[in-house]
Amino acid sequence: MFETLTEKLQTVFDNLSRRGKLTEADVDAAMREVRLALLEADVNYKVVKDLVARVKERAVGAEVMKSLTPAQQVVKIVHEELIATLGQPAKLDLSGPTPHVVMLVGLQGSGKTTTAAKLALHLRKSGQRPLLVAADTYRPAAIHQLEVLGKQLDIPVHSEGDKVPPPQICANAVRRARESAYTVVIMDTAGRLQINEDMMRELEQIKQLTKPQEVLLVADAMTGQQAVNVAKTFHERVGLTGLILTKMDGDARGGAAISMREVTNVPIKFVGVGEKVDALEVFHPDRMAGRILGMGDVLSLIEKAQATMDEEKTRSAAQRLMKGEFDLEDFLGQMQQMRKMGPLSQLLDMIPGMGRLTKEIAPEVTDKQMKQIEAIISSMTREERRRPEIINASRKRRIARGSGTTVQDVNELLSQFKQAQRLMKQLAAQGKGRRGGRFPGFPGLPLG
Amino acid sequence: MLKLFRRTKEEELADQQRLHDSLEKTRSGFMGRLSTLFQPNELTEQTWEELEETLIMGDVGVETTLALVEKVRQRARQEGLKRTDQVQAVLKQEMLALLDHPAEMALDEPRLLTVVLVVGVNGSGKTTSIAKLAKLYKDHGRKVVLAAADTFRAAAVRQLEIWGERVGVDVISQGQGADPGAVVYDAIRACQESRQADLLIVDTAGRLHTKYNLMKELEKVRNVAARQVHKAPHEVFLVLDATTGQNGLSQARHFKEAVDITGVILTKLDGTAKGGIVFAISKELGVPVRFVGTGEKVDDIAFFDARTFVESLFK
Repeated sequence: MFETLTEKLQTVFDNLSRRGKLTEADVDAAMREVRLALLEADVNYKVVKDLVARVKERAVGAEVMKSLTPAQQVVKIVHEELIATLGQPAKLDLSGPTPHVVMLVGLQGSGKTTTAAKLALHLRKSGQRPLLVAADTYRPAAIHQLEVLGKQLDIPVHSEGDKVPPPQICANAVRRARESAYTVVIMDTAGRLQINEDMMRELEQIKQLTKPQEVLLVADAMTGQQAVNVAKTFHERVGLTGLILTKMDGDARGGAAISMREVTNVPIKFVGVGEKVDALEVFHPDRMAGRILGMGDVLSLIEKAQATMDEEKTRSAAQRLMKGEFDLEDFLGQMQQMRKMGPLSQLLDMIPGMGRLTKEIAPEVTDKQMKQIEAIISSMTREERRRPEIINASRKRRIARGSGTTVQDVNELLSQFKQAQRLMKQLAAQGKGRRGGRFPGFPGLPLG
Repeated sequence: MLKLFRRTKEEELADQQRLHDSLEKTRSGFMGRLSTLFQPNELTEQTWEELEETLIMGDVGVETTLALVEKVRQRARQEGLKRTDQVQAVLKQEMLALLDHPAEMALDEPRLLTVVLVVGVNGSGKTTSIAKLAKLYKDHGRKVVLAAADTFRAAAVRQLEIWGERVGVDVISQGQGADPGAVVYDAIRACQESRQADLLIVDTAGRLHTKYNLMKELEKVRNVAARQVHKAPHEVFLVLDATTGQNGLSQARHFKEAVDITGVILTKLDGTAKGGIVFAISKELGVPVRFVGTGEKVDDIAFFDARTFVESLFK
């Protein structure tokens, strides 16, 4: 189990501080942990140095808020600083005359081709007429890959095989777009190393010939310390206008985002969250910051929870939970609340000690399964939700019919619920053992 | 142990050279600074800090870096080391110890049919690495067949087929959307019967290690191979992009759990990337690096040699 930054800082402050103002000594001790946490998240070493300096400046002398411990106060400042560094999400710039030209660049294997298709779909949904351009003439079958994706989405792909130089292909594509009234041209360029002189020159040529409005660096969220050099060099050579972070559906902490933002100062425009063509999302700096700080970081969860949770409901659920009462209604209510906050598995991971819950009851609770669970519980009577033990075979059949599922599905849900209930009781018992008889700093914690 | 082929001295030298060359760029940045650190100077607190920085900048990771530096510090105290060049030698030893593993690969043992499964996250360079491996082993007299079990990504099968043609090895495929297990089944049959091959390399779809269902699918592919060939798959290689940061360890851990990886192929070592995460992977999971991808050409692959790797970092 990960030890969260908050927990680590808690131990630091246990030896040091009382409430009131944060002193320089407090902050110095805390900064070491902050620094390590950021480095573990793959934020670049030099960037961490600057960040830590900024945080320190803000933290020394800061008033510790009544509701927070000094540790949480420091994490809060770090969190805010990260959000500020990540910047606000920005939309694609599609102003001015059509066709708008969008150029995707990046290292090999960062996900340009998939992203090109996702972007095209996204733009078509917003009323554009996109044209995809297969400008990767190097990787075997890259052109074919884009063509297959184009066919799937019914979006035209401009390709001239792999014998024509990419700058020429791109220039032709823009001409074709103008003539055929396409509104956006999305150019999928070949992956290249930022130190490959010839290949970088090719990008410059493409840029010169097509005058793209957007030059987006597609980068893997798993990138390590190199993110800085990659982003910096691409930015110097072709003038980036934005970043797209891919493979965010994995468990990478994504510190590369901070590094790349810091050296380019261009906004993160999208994140890729899956292999499906619609798995492209706008960027949320607050979620990203929480993620970089580490899973299980209670503070970002508090903030999330405050923003989205119906406090009354949660509090009553939490109280009942502590008493070991936890029924299907709470289960459903919390699932619905949590859906507003993001993927369930990620969320559970954020709560210390909940990682194993994710594994035990929900190896992979997808949104689809979630909908099914909702449907099943909604098909129960109030009585059934409060006292699931009364659900007999005939009730199960009725519930299955009502929710468009099978009795097996109902059974599965009930057994999952039972498991969850058992875990809740265990956790509640643990919670009582701790200081103050509640989970540290988290009165309204969902599910515990 | 008897090897099917033995590398000649020249080949080994060529390998070392390639690895060395690919690290040249690395060195001028990251390791370049590491070497300048090791001018025979007096040790100061700053030396240690810079050392820590340099390792972290090489994606070695906080935990491994701190452990390494601490260990070397301790030894410096015990052994009364006073100069940075002495510390360098000790650090090299410690880094080498982390990468220590038996040199023999199951891949090189003689048997009727050797099955190699190649796995990894999306975009790590599986298909290209497979082409390079196929060429390398074909050139050493093995009869190689490739199985196109990445039936998910658009054009992945085509990509492997193109490589197959270039390298001159057969590719067994059933097209996009086919069941990867069925492809492997077919490919094994083909190797045993019509193709008379002794080395089958299976290309699998890239998948993030956190995707439960996709990892299950991979287990199934593994089981298909295990049922048909004694002790197969004989090697399961994780293809790891050298630009990957700390997530590399999580990748290795998950893939090890699912399909028991036996080695790592470290790709894209031709950039400025260092691939320092392999220290953690080797130390914590005991999974050795076996090959490194050193460029975009099909010959740009080298056997991983820990000594050369570590040595090169300091030159």
